[in-house]
Amino acid sequence: MAELTEFIWIMAKIVAILVPLILAVAYLTYAERRVIGAIQARNGPNRVGPMGLFQPFADVFKLLFKEVVVPSNANRFLFLIAPMLSLMPALAAWAVMPFSDGLVLSDINAGLLYILAMTSLGVYGVIIAGWASNSKYAMLGAMRSAAQIVSYEIAMGFALVGVLMAAGSMNLSGIVNAQAGPIWNWFWLPLLPLFVVYWISGVAETNRAPFDVAEGESEIVAGFHVEYSGTAFALFFLAEYANMILIAALAVIMFMGGWYSPFHGLPVLGPLFDWVPGIVWFVLKMCIFLYLYLAFRATFPRYRYDQIMRLGWKVLIPVTVVWLVVLAFMIIVGLGPWFN
Amino acid sequence: MIEQLIFYVFALVLLFAATMVITVRNPVHAALFLVLAFFNSAVLWVMAGAEFLGIVLVLVYVGAVMVLFLFVVMMLDLNLGSLREGFMRHFYIGVPIAVLMAVQMLLVVGSGLFAPETLPEARMPIPEDAGNTHMLGSVLYTVYVYPFELAAVILLVAIIAAIMLTLRRREGTRHQDPGKQVRVRKADRLRVVNIPSASRKSEQE
Repeated sequence: MAELTEFIWIMAKIVAILVPLILAVAYLTYAERRVIGAIQARNGPNRVGPMGLFQPFADVFKLLFKEVVVPSNANRFLFLIAPMLSLMPALAAWAVMPFSDGLVLSDINAGLLYILAMTSLGVYGVIIAGWASNSKYAMLGAMRSAAQIVSYEIAMGFALVGVLMAAGSMNLSGIVNAQAGPIWNWFWLPLLPLFVVYWISGVAETNRAPFDVAEGESEIVAGFHVEYSGTAFALFFLAEYANMILIAALAVIMFMGGWYSPFHGLPVLGPLFDWVPGIVWFVLKMCIFLYLYLAFRATFPRYRYDQIMRLGWKVLIPVTVVWLVVLAFMIIVGLGPWFN
Repeated sequence: MIEQLIFYVFALVLLFAATMVITVRNPVHAALFLVLAFFNSAVLWVMAGAEFLGIVLVLVYVGAVMVLFLFVVMMLDLNLGSLREGFMRHFYIGVPIAVLMAVQMLLVVGSGLFAPETLPEARMPIPEDAGNTHMLGSVLYTVYVYPFELAAVILLVAIIAAIMLTLRRREGTRHQDPGKQVRVRKADRLRVVNIPSASRKSEQE
């Protein structure tokens, strides 16, 4: 009986994480269209509901009622399971995410490794989709995406090694607690090169512009999801945006002090903002990173494929390796206020 | 009770996936079943308390090695017919080897040498608060530091050798040099010339 109530309680927590997440995905698509619209001096969607706020729901219903077309020579089972394979890891990674002090579904010790493992699984959806559609463009998109994700995962992993060296813990709550203090106590300052590398590889891992060669519409139509329609396409879409939110949340936890306010522990300003709950700071910081995603898409031209590979292997990975050595020295001498 | 049930479900899926890896006809399907097998064994490891090993199995084998595997298998144009040729011819050699290996494994595993209570490490008291990763690291970098470093050096040599094997420079291909591209100045590429414009009348004459 006790096991059953615990099970129901965990299920309720999962729903409490997933529903806001999916709503956030819906409004991220709306924000993307409005922000890019503003950057390009046009309005964006503003007709459905007040200020176009119901536009995401209109889009969802349109996609739900469309037919899912399976190409005649496609591998039916793999073709249909691929979108689910790309969405599941993006959602499962949220299990270890601490939203505020103690507000976490599963407080495991190897949280950082778990996140890395889950994000590395997302590539299967892309590869299987590309292969199962039996289409040249889809296959090319899948190949590009696989190579890109595997390459940038190394740089990202190294950047996170720096974080766990600095925090001395792989538990995500432990990492945030190691950064307790005002804004200059957070890890973005001592780990600045790793922070930049993490963010660039995060954008590349999610296949977003300017690294979106996997679906480069001017070269290979839409890449790996060219044959998908209706709900199956909607799942890919959902996975991409859920991954963006995940990478932004991780950036906040690893480098921007998680749920701590930027004035935490300061003489006058600190108590002034004590009433704000931690989750508000967490979400606010996430919004900054999500805005960066949208601004990148509107302002940067797409990288050429060989340039992406060179950036990943010859620039980002050496930078992380050098900074890990520098970081080791900083920790040994106990450089304040981070490592003393 | 529930834990046992979960164990048997994942163990059954693992055995099923492992059998499918060697029986399905399509190599891509076989690779995907191998992914499923890895994933289920990772779950079994996590259930046994080895969370670090379980997650690293997913991270390294499922997340990186099998992706490259699939990559290669999908690119290759495998002829399934030629792969199955000579199956019966090798069958008579294969069966005794398989039996021999099974007997060897049974002898080693069944001898009780690997029973948890006989291992010296298993009898050591494990502190309550020590994480999996911390324990593994403190053993790897103290007791087993030389084998560990040796393995790392061998892997490094293997990486360099693999890169050298595929590094072929063809003559006559043109490469971009990003360093040169960045160093270029306006004066190197652009020349502003001042040409006096000629009137149409003088042209016609």
